[in-house]
Amino acid sequence: MHAETDVLVIGSGAAGMYAAIEAARDGCQVLLADRSLIGRGGATVMAQMTVAAALGSETADHWSYHYADTIAAGRGLCDEPLAQLLCEEGSECVRAMDKWGIGWARKDGRITQAMAPGHDRPRCVYVDFLNTGPAVSKTLRTIVNKSGGIRKAGDLCVVDLLRDKGDVVGAAALHLGSGAPVILSAKATILATGGLTRLYRRNSASANMGGDGYALALRAGASLVDMEFVQFFPIGHLAPRLIGMDPIMWDPFRYKLGGRLLNNRMEEFTQRYGVAEDGKYVITRDVGSYAILKEVEAGRGSPHGGVYLSFQHCPERTLRESFGPVIDRLGANGIDLTKMPIEVSPIAHYHMGGIVTDAKMQTGLAGLFAAGEVVGGANGANRLSGNAITEALVFGRRAGRSAADYVKRLRTLPDHSDNAQEAIDLITTDAPTRNFNTAEMQQMLQITMQDNVGALRSERKIASALDAIGLLTEELGNAPSGDGNRFDMRRIDWFDLRNMLLVARVVAEAALARRETRGAQQREDYPHLSPDWACNQTVRLRHARIELSRGPHAFTETTS
Amino acid sequence: MSGSATLKIWRGLDINNGRWETYEVPFEAGQSVLDGLRWIRANRDPTLAIRFSCINANACKECMVELDGKTVYACTARLQPREMTLAPLSNKKLLRDLVTEISPPMERFTDS
Repeated sequence: MHAETDVLVIGSGAAGMYAAIEAARDGCQVLLADRSLIGRGGATVMAQMTVAAALGSETADHWSYHYADTIAAGRGLCDEPLAQLLCEEGSECVRAMDKWGIGWARKDGRITQAMAPGHDRPRCVYVDFLNTGPAVSKTLRTIVNKSGGIRKAGDLCVVDLLRDKGDVVGAAALHLGSGAPVILSAKATILATGGLTRLYRRNSASANMGGDGYALALRAGASLVDMEFVQFFPIGHLAPRLIGMDPIMWDPFRYKLGGRLLNNRMEEFTQRYGVAEDGKYVITRDVGSYAILKEVEAGRGSPHGGVYLSFQHCPERTLRESFGPVIDRLGANGIDLTKMPIEVSPIAHYHMGGIVTDAKMQTGLAGLFAAGEVVGGANGANRLSGNAITEALVFGRRAGRSAADYVKRLRTLPDHSDNAQEAIDLITTDAPTRNFNTAEMQQMLQITMQDNVGALRSERKIASALDAIGLLTEELGNAPSGDGNRFDMRRIDWFDLRNMLLVARVVAEAALARRETRGAQQREDYPHLSPDWACNQTVRLRHARIELSRGPHAFTETTS
Repeated sequence: MSGSATLKIWRGLDINNGRWETYEVPFEAGQSVLDGLRWIRANRDPTLAIRFSCINANACKECMVELDGKTVYACTARLQPREMTLAPLSNKKLLRDLVTEISPPMERFTDS
């Protein structure tokens, strides 16, 4: 099967949908592809609370203050032009969403802005109750549907980008609904595939976030940056078992109600790690994750291996005013916050690293653009809370515009690709059925990454992860097996593992090389910040080998 | 409470020519039916076709199946220590096993 388009957008979270809207508005034909349903998967739909932007509707604000907080949170490693773009255009995008009817929470007509850790003033807008992500998705889906020129295609699992010499000219995909290979020819391609949290056993994102965008970019010849920096969200839900709710749901509770983090002696402990909370939510994500894991390690953890989070000081009425129907959903799960604390522990939440782009969202490859979480650099070694949706909107909009400009210059559709046949062959291969369980292999990888390349790392742990990744890679082999018919799960798992294992190796190697502790990279064997490592690491794939290099990445000096 | 749940699952590519397969899965109070299905894939049979994206949050709305004849989300239906019968949605076109064509017609890929 085959399709042609001006702009191919891969991924339909906020970044992908905004890019599609913007490219279509600039007169391009757009194909918006997703490996799940359009506008319902990815990380966006899972976001529950905050979107940071210097609107100044709560107190006076300016993008330069938001920028200063972003740079400080990034522990010296932010890509400054990207961070500036995020902060400077965030307000415009948040207002555009308001105009499109998202329904940001308001008080007396003004958009409400909440105080969040790491920000110097109230800056985070949201949609009640715990509805920010779904509302962002729904609003953008509506605009996508109203925009002429956007063709949508779900259930397309992109296997490889297509190249013509160095340029990217589209993608090859496995169509899950039929099992057939699909060639998508495009003048410009935008990767908006999100992050890699699925590499971890405890994660807060969708099952389609296995880092495929990073693998696609690497294999096509693009560079990645900051791949060692995986953000762990400190207070992911752990126990009691809670269904029908996102595990990061306690974040909005802490924004509104503070809450107390307690060890198994029911003592507050964060002050031991340098941050006394005093009933307020001020601890940043890197310090919070560290404090919780260290407390567990010292034998002061909760029964399921985390710590307690208590809202028992909040009267029932306050809880209901703040979270209305959510209190009933908790009740259905047997949780009464006035009577019991819940257990929380760090959970893989976001990836700071990603594809190297300039502030026009151009990668180093002609015809390839990136947007959203898949882009590396804006958030340095640690992302400021509230910046993820903002970057999805801002980078998506910018990528859509830049791709449209590129399409206008290119005029004709490239009619050749060096690797289309190779990709089709791989998609349709029927390798002899192997004796491994692909779903189990994914679990094994997730356990290895969680335990050994998680929030607390050491040379010994990372080396054992690299061994495990090597064995799994060998087991995976060079081609998928399965019957090749529709929704052939072993084949889908195989293509996911091919990407997941490559990206896991990149994260592990980058984490091993960086012999220091900075932001989300916490090395037990190198527990301090090192001035030698005040630099980014970039990654390329050369002759199928991972090549790490140090120093600011190529665009930092040249971007105007 | 612990023990096991028995999941009786419809399998096949052709709605008129399928089979039932039965799996015992470990049961812990509070688990979802989707937890049981994911356990089967990782521990018994990776070929079992299911679809889900958000896993646990009831945000993606992809995991709809028929449980004992009633349409449910597998992620919010509770696993129970008894026999539970799972079938694909009967009002949607079957793709495989528990996966049906749930996407809106305008969002499906068509050859051009």
